[in-house]
Amino acid sequence: MIRVAVRQFRTEAIVGVTLLVATAIVLVITGAHLHHVYDAFEHQCRAARDCANASNPVQNVDKSLQGVMPIVVLVTPALLGLFFGAPLIARELENGTYRLAWTQSITRKRWIAVKLGLVGLFSMAVAGLLTWMVDWWAHPLLAANGDRFGLALFGIQGVAPIGYAAFALALGVAAGVLLRHTVAAMVVTGVGFGAARLVVTYLVRPNLASPVRKLLPLSAGSGPSIGFTNAGGGNVIFGPPQVSVPNGWVYSTTLVDKAGHAPTAQYVAHACPVIGRAAHQLAASGGRPGAGPSGAQIQACIAKLSTSIHTLVTYQPASRFWPFQLAEMGIFIVAALALCGCSYWWLRRRYA
Amino acid sequence: MTAALEAHSLGKRYGNKWALADCSLSIPAGRVVGLVGPNGAGKSTLLQLAVGLLRPDVGSIALFGEQPGSSPEQLARVGFVGQDTPTYGGWSIRDHLWFGAQMNPGWDQVLAEGRIAELGLDPRQKARQLSGGQRAQLALTLAVAKRPELLLLDEPVAALDPLARREFLQGLMEVVADQRASVILSSHLVSDLERVCDYLVVLVDSRVRVAGEIDELVASHYRLSGPRRERGGLPGNVEVLDERHTDRQSTLVVRTDGQVLDPSWTVEQLGLEDLVLAYMTHAVGEDRRPRLEVRA
Repeated sequence: MIRVAVRQFRTEAIVGVTLLVATAIVLVITGAHLHHVYDAFEHQCRAARDCANASNPVQNVDKSLQGVMPIVVLVTPALLGLFFGAPLIARELENGTYRLAWTQSITRKRWIAVKLGLVGLFSMAVAGLLTWMVDWWAHPLLAANGDRFGLALFGIQGVAPIGYAAFALALGVAAGVLLRHTVAAMVVTGVGFGAARLVVTYLVRPNLASPVRKLLPLSAGSGPSIGFTNAGGGNVIFGPPQVSVPNGWVYSTTLVDKAGHAPTAQYVAHACPVIGRAAHQLAASGGRPGAGPSGAQIQACIAKLSTSIHTLVTYQPASRFWPFQLAEMGIFIVAALALCGCSYWWLRRRYA
Repeated sequence: MTAALEAHSLGKRYGNKWALADCSLSIPAGRVVGLVGPNGAGKSTLLQLAVGLLRPDVGSIALFGEQPGSSPEQLARVGFVGQDTPTYGGWSIRDHLWFGAQMNPGWDQVLAEGRIAELGLDPRQKARQLSGGQRAQLALTLAVAKRPELLLLDEPVAALDPLARREFLQGLMEVVADQRASVILSSHLVSDLERVCDYLVVLVDSRVRVAGEIDELVASHYRLSGPRRERGGLPGNVEVLDERHTDRQSTLVVRTDGQVLDPSWTVEQLGLEDLVLAYMTHAVGEDRRPRLEVRA
């Protein structure tokens, strides 16, 4: 049975492996250059003790590939579901060949288990290898931009894509069993997989673990934004700073007073009368910009506020990257197994 | 001896429509059984239930006392040729034989290759390039080379031209003679079955109207014709299946174990085709209007 399953999957497997090898060749050639550029610069800036402020020029190398590779890793699981999963059983149902396959001396259970096992493991291996190769290739880029935990990049690294591939495949198989039509199953797989990824990314992943809440001085990161407007009779604008947590996932950055509340504009205007006055003058003059407070006055104001107001950053630290990766993979694999169970149940119910 | 096929109050439903309802049937082993009935009578459903491709909604079905599809051993005992004789279009004949060998421990490669050679088929030819008749022969070869004890064929010749039909049925007869397998073959054409079967089951509206040895059936059915009269006056062991009256004449189709001795009747033996038609007409007249059904 295993050899038959392999034979039936041969064409797809050859296409898959060929694309993987082609990608590997491109990545090895361009990746060597990326690593070289990154290392050379790191060496140089470390010698000059100026790495913190310098931006590694590796981010400007192979721009088009930098744009393409994340998309390749992003869509590969969906493609596996579309082209390996959806036709796997649907095509047999569509062509009537299930009547041939299921009347040999092989039980239905074994037939399904072998097919799903073979194609499932192959797809997971393809997704895993591809992601691993791209991770290696992109390592200098990820190191340079320090945002590997962010929403855009988390799902195209590590082991999560293995879970996505398993899920997309199982979804394709289930849709095929239910619809008995390959093309319809492909459409459902594409839409369903996209929806599942969005739901997990935006609704499930943020709640996997309570984020760390950390109070930082007001001057942390880019420092607060402070200004004034003539709107509403002259108002003070007081906004939170940009705080980056290297390789962490920042949920939010807010300003809080000692009681944990957001400071009101009145409070800021009261604490920094020079800014409050500037706002009123602006409003009184009908929006004509006046001299305004000087930089030194603003700095003084921030220094005064920083005794009572802090920056609160809510985030997942970099150390949770791998636990989150494993959890994400686990969620999708469990869902995949559930879908496989549904497929089997539907087949047993409709057929025998 | 265990029956080759035994069904009790078997039913299968698609949505609200019963494709087969309350079907009870016992088919002895060692026969070549023709399963005949109009389109939509449930023949295909019954055979797919028998081979485990469908699961009954009510009742039970067993082949040699075992539930269909319950184990690899059970599956090995049954060969199946599905409607439209499905094959893998992109695979060659040789690929199909390899498939059969991989999937069946009892596979007889010599038999399979022999049959393909006898048919004059090129093993390298892809299934989708074969004619309907050739594809049917390939499907039969696959079913036969697993050396089943029971061979089920679901309208295998429905889509074939008369010549291919004859060749297929001849091939089937040779196999049956060689292997002594039991066979259940469905068709809506009695002429197909007459040539190969020794046992007949007539299925109408999923009910078994009549089942038995063809010789006995033919020997016990008569057409009586004579001057018009009502059916009274026939002996008690005569069952009237169909009656038609014109102003002057009455024609009855009857079943009896004895003989009709009344000299006012002209008694004819009934051909198998007329016999089956009598059962179908009878059933339709009694239960409901005929159903017109077009099958692709």
